[in-house]
Amino acid sequence: MSIEDDTGPVAHVLVVGASASGLTTVEALRRKGYTGRITVLGAEPHAPYDRPPLSKQILSGAWEPGRAALRTEEMLSGLDTEFVLGDPAVALDPATRTVRTESGRELSADAIVIATGVRPRVLPGQGELTGVHVLRTLDDALALRTDLLAGSRLVVVGEGVLGSEIAATARTLGLEVTLAGPLTGPLALQVGPLVSGLLAELHTERGVQLRLGNGVVGLTDAQGRVSGVELSTGEVLPADVVVVAIGATPATEWLADSGLELDNGVVCDSRCQAAPGIYAVGDVARWQHEQLGRLIRLENRTNATEQAMAVAGAILGEDRAYEPVPYFWTDQFDAKLQVHGFLPADAEVDVVEGELAARRFVARYRSGGRVTGILGWNMPKQARQRRQEIVDAVPSPAPAR
Amino acid sequence: MKVVVDEDKCVAAGQCVAAAMDVFDQRDEDGIVVLLDENPPAALADDVRNAAAVCPALAIRIEE
Repeated sequence: MSIEDDTGPVAHVLVVGASASGLTTVEALRRKGYTGRITVLGAEPHAPYDRPPLSKQILSGAWEPGRAALRTEEMLSGLDTEFVLGDPAVALDPATRTVRTESGRELSADAIVIATGVRPRVLPGQGELTGVHVLRTLDDALALRTDLLAGSRLVVVGEGVLGSEIAATARTLGLEVTLAGPLTGPLALQVGPLVSGLLAELHTERGVQLRLGNGVVGLTDAQGRVSGVELSTGEVLPADVVVVAIGATPATEWLADSGLELDNGVVCDSRCQAAPGIYAVGDVARWQHEQLGRLIRLENRTNATEQAMAVAGAILGEDRAYEPVPYFWTDQFDAKLQVHGFLPADAEVDVVEGELAARRFVARYRSGGRVTGILGWNMPKQARQRRQEIVDAVPSPAPAR
Repeated sequence: MKVVVDEDKCVAAGQCVAAAMDVFDQRDEDGIVVLLDENPPAALADDVRNAAAVCPALAIRIEE
């Protein structure tokens, strides 16, 4: 099946990025009947793998690394796609739709999908010390695991989803764990004060030392190895191992000379298109969410899949705005949290099912009187069933007079 | 078509239910996937393939 977009027939699609959003784009193209050529370019040498297990089952050792693979070799070869791995993209020329790689390859295509994800932010001086880690890749997770098994005191810098999960995993491995960060509780930014307070209680009960509410200004070291984390108060938290999980920036450095608009990601229209024949998907994409009326960038696993399906459709000529109701989950100790929609900082939060004290409940988040988000704590089915309340709360357009 | 689910990989997102509610459900107590029909009829094949594609934990395998 050959298809046309406004640039002519698409006979070759190049996907830059071989993780969840890149691979799902390929699968969606094939499922939608595209029989043309596909090339996937990946910076990492590994076959595509899933990132959520890195902070949980891979880090804890519950799963062997191979279990994080996104698809079996057999399934990948069934996609009739060329995978060029271990060769990062370094430049894009949108006029000729050509990507140059680190090794000097030049790959041209009729449609290009940018799926290069994000890069972890680091503290000043971090790169020079041993014992300090980020966690984004499989190699990061395995290196961290090695240090955790050898060490006894871990300080996690960053109280977001990733930092909190790492703290919980390391604690179950038996380390002394301290969680440090500027906000008042774990996931304060993502779930608000009520649920963040419950997470703080949970972590504390399980023996994680919370040193939150102060900025982290730097790292101390001895003979080139990290020895502690310095807070803005001047206090130093001693550590054998440090993980820095302070957020990530979109991996768009390689696009600096491309002429594409880069602003906290690759800026796209509501169809996830950045320029004629050029799309962005997943953590790196910042697109116009029509229902919200603004640009948005989502860093979560389900968006990688959903947006990839939307981009595959766009390449094949579908004309539909991508307006997802976001979803993410986090597992920490025995708490499984499921978050649908948006949880604004000033939302009114009501428990609509279950009980906080039982640590089993569904909370509804309302902003301006409208339901914008649903959070489930160990009630995933019930949370999912209420997702429709968010969809139903979107105001319909005013009737024409 | 034969459907196989991996309860260990399942993260209880429930997207499979939204995609193919005649084939998948979630356990009430913990939301883990319940396979209602391991040999779904051909009419549901597309929905089931979609469910496998959207599962964020890749916990659904299809043997065609």
